[in-house]
Amino acid sequence: MRAMIPVSDQEVQDSRVNADLHDFFAEQVTRVADRLYGIALRLTRNGEDAEDVVAETVAKAWTKVGELRDPQTFEAWIQRILTNTFLSEWRHRRASPEVAMEPETDGSEDEPFSLYEKLHQPFLLWWATPEQETIAKLLREDMGRALDALVDAFRIAIVLVDVEGYSYAEAAKLLGVPIGTVRSRLARGRAQLQRALWQHAQDAGLLDQPASPKDKNV
Amino acid sequence: MSKSKMTCEEVLEYLVAYLDRETDAQTLTEIEWHLEECRGCFSRAEFERKLKAYLRESGSSRAPERLRTRIKNVIDKF
Repeated sequence: MRAMIPVSDQEVQDSRVNADLHDFFAEQVTRVADRLYGIALRLTRNGEDAEDVVAETVAKAWTKVGELRDPQTFEAWIQRILTNTFLSEWRHRRASPEVAMEPETDGSEDEPFSLYEKLHQPFLLWWATPEQETIAKLLREDMGRALDALVDAFRIAIVLVDVEGYSYAEAAKLLGVPIGTVRSRLARGRAQLQRALWQHAQDAGLLDQPASPKDKNV
Repeated sequence: MSKSKMTCEEVLEYLVAYLDRETDAQTLTEIEWHLEECRGCFSRAEFERKLKAYLRESGSSRAPERLRTRIKNVIDKF
């Protein structure tokens, strides 16, 4: 007859708690996997790197799961781990962080640019549906590509604030830069982004000067 | 306090901060009052809001099955 291993009530209870925590963690990670992958893809710009960041995030998150106080905040909690995982790896890869980060420019790309103002020039006011919808569709589809084309400094600031929803202060803390730097990177990055979207719309032939109103049912 | 104290120029100056939820409560209220009454500024705010929404959407992509399997394997080892 095999000897019975004494198991205390406490051990049984602990094992149930661990099983529940494991199930909770697995369920939550499955729920937010698309979001984690999507953010990682925007941060890394590469499918394989994005998968690595997500896998590493999941492993790290499990070791910290005891720190999660409110289960309702799981998504924000693991998203922060993912962002820090990426930023830590990204800093590591760069020999001279802030020098390489700020792009050199002749200034022409830094002039303020408003897509709204461009799209609302008088000659474009005629476009309602379906042209307007086509432009909206193009903007939506091009957004990821246009964002990926920005230099790291601008792209990452925009991903943190616009894609992930961090405040300026949170983004500054995550990046280890002053809040004014975040503001400036956002302003310059957004102007470049809108300029690129405008260029894409033009290249797609969506913004050609239309025929005069009398030739067209407006 | 009278409504719509801000001019269109002032709203434009704070619009980005407003959409980023980075203004103080007073500025936020004044911008919202202005947007209720000014069609031009409302239209611009809605356009910028849409661009922000598209940006947020660009951060969601279907995780490949390969990644889902990898995640499952990582979790199963815990």
